[in-house]
Amino acid sequence: MSHHSQPTYDPNETITFSPALTEEMKAVVAQFPEGKTKSALLRLLHLVQREFGWVSVPAMDQVAAFLNIQPIEVYEVATFYTMFHLQPVGKHVLEVCRTGPCMLVGSDSLIDHFEKKLNIKVGETTEDGLFTLKTVECLGGCGYGPLLQCKNRFHEHLTLEKADALLEQYKNGEIQ
Amino acid sequence: MKSRNLLLSHVEVPGIDGLDGYMKHGGYDTLKKALKSMSPDAVVEEVKKSGLRGRGGAGFPTGMKWSFLAKPEGVPRYLVCNADESEPGTFKDRYLMEKIPHLLIEGMILSSYALGANQSFIYIRGEFMYVLNILEKAIAEAYAKGLLGKNILGSGYDLDLVVTPGGGAYICGEETALLESLEGKRGNPRIKPPFPAVKGLWGCPTVVNNVETIAAVVPIVSEGGEAYASIGIGRSTGTKLISACGNLARPGVYEIELGLSVEEFIYGDDYCRGIAQGKKLKACVPGGSSVPILPHYLVTKTAAGENRLMTYESLAEGGFESGSMLGSGGFIVFDEDQCIVRNTWNFARFYSHESCGQCSPCREGTGWMEKVLNRLEHGKGQMHDIDLLADINKKIEGNTICPLGDAAAWPVAAAIRHFREEFEWHVTHPDEAQSRNFGLITQAALA
Ligand SMILES: Cc1cc2nc3c(=O)[nH]c(=O)nc-3n(C[C@H](O)[C@H](O)[C@H](O)COP(=O)(O)O)c2cc1C
Ligand code: SF4
Ligand code: FES
Repeated sequence: MSHHSQPTYDPNETITFSPALTEEMKAVVAQFPEGKTKSALLRLLHLVQREFGWVSVPAMDQVAAFLNIQPIEVYEVATFYTMFHLQPVGKHVLEVCRTGPCMLVGSDSLIDHFEKKLNIKVGETTEDGLFTLKTVECLGGCGYGPLLQCKNRFHEHLTLEKADALLEQYKNGEIQ
Repeated sequence: MKSRNLLLSHVEVPGIDGLDGYMKHGGYDTLKKALKSMSPDAVVEEVKKSGLRGRGGAGFPTGMKWSFLAKPEGVPRYLVCNADESEPGTFKDRYLMEKIPHLLIEGMILSSYALGANQSFIYIRGEFMYVLNILEKAIAEAYAKGLLGKNILGSGYDLDLVVTPGGGAYICGEETALLESLEGKRGNPRIKPPFPAVKGLWGCPTVVNNVETIAAVVPIVSEGGEAYASIGIGRSTGTKLISACGNLARPGVYEIELGLSVEEFIYGDDYCRGIAQGKKLKACVPGGSSVPILPHYLVTKTAAGENRLMTYESLAEGGFESGSMLGSGGFIVFDEDQCIVRNTWNFARFYSHESCGQCSPCREGTGWMEKVLNRLEHGKGQMHDIDLLADINKKIEGNTICPLGDAAAWPVAAAIRHFREEFEWHVTHPDEAQSRNFGLITQAALA
């Protein structure tokens, strides 16, 4: 089933949405007819994740308040969709596609390589907090595999050499 | 057969992704013509005449779907574009939206006008956030030019268009799950009936169509439904985007005239140019991961020895025994070194991961299939596991709310039907099955 990460909850954590984020959230909500603003929920969760790197329980509670819905309505959605990180993640989350078409062109060897190179298992974060390695299902770029997504970016036609170069670029800040 | 482009003819023109570039090459002329000289019903009529069939996978006639839309007085109607593109092997909609976003927007305006919708939505998978940004930019350009909003081009017709993202769930490609998701909920498919045409988005009559289907409305209205229907063969009219992937010399997105031979598509210079690294073809899944796999001897020829064509009918020729489906056009090719058991396991894992979990045959059955295939693939299975798979299959098929259950079951059945000896080999050669090495993807290995 889709949901696989449980939210982490720290009761002492507080969170503030910046004015800029709040403005952006309002603009998203305004796209939907009156009384139907819950439709903005997924987009708002993406915005929150972009801002904080992950989606915490206090953040979900604030989104609920913002949309005037119950917190559970946010939790059940955030846990259903795999893109939302419900625990803190590394600065760069490498999401490598593992589905058939990518496997045919070598995604397994790419995933192994990342595990070795970063010295972590899929699902883990490097000690320096720089990288989280995840595997995901088909990203809709099957002709350009093997590939990975990191935030808004697709890195396609990867080889082990290109993967190494990519890690370097992320490490030294050439790619943000 | 020459390649014919209706959707992608200007895709390589620099600047075609912007409004000016698009308009320079005839963009929005069709919309202008329709708003000036055609009634909404006249647009529907052209789509009916064109014979266009849904490009999202099921191939249902679009004109017919549109004519089912309920039109109660005083109730809004909606058009929702399915840009979820989540079927493994399929990456054509992303290409179209990224390269020529205004074609989709023009199609959305034309189609919304035909259906009498004043607010329409594009639901795009969350992973395509960068494409969402491209579409929003294009939509803003269209508003600024009076192509969207109130009184479009002085016609008195109003339309608002919104793009909204999913969050990473294959099931949201299924139209009722998509609508749930668009309402800000979990993507649990709805029980049908009622169909979206009667009760869709927020309980109102709704049409859900694939990106490519909606884009095709532009050339249909521009050239006329009959002209469109004259392309292709029989009930497979027009052109189709095929996203070709796997072990091909030249994977990518191709627009083909329906009726092209599969042989030419795989080996032709204008298309995929054969199997990568000069290897041999082993098998092909021609329409996305949910359709039956074909062994090499059934890919370019049917069981009756006829040339297999890229049409809905020809790819299905032979039914489940020896045919497959055109589906979404996700054309996945396997070379001689690929392991069918491994791929079948991989896909089973995909479906198990993506089941929404609300029907037990699908939730449990996909999980069991994944487990059994996992042990077979890793040399830990037994002969009766192969029959166990067939048994689980039968219990899922037809017993679920949405077609994901069938989509998970059929490929497994087809793989066993055509490649049974390969499954048996994994049982009789456990050590070799466990120690296989699929090679490294180094620059040198690919050279
Ligand atoms: C599990 C499942 C996944 C689907 N995924 C997609 C998809 O990603 N894109 C799509 O257009 N249709 C998808 N469909 C088909 C839609 O339910 C629907 O038939 C389609 O959007 C209708 O548009 P069309 O008539 O223009 O093809 C999927 C169906 C199922 C059962
Ligand atoms: S068949 Fe599977 S995906 Fe479809 S509704 Fe049932 S559990 Fe969900
Ligand atoms: S299988 Fe990897 S992007 Fe589709």
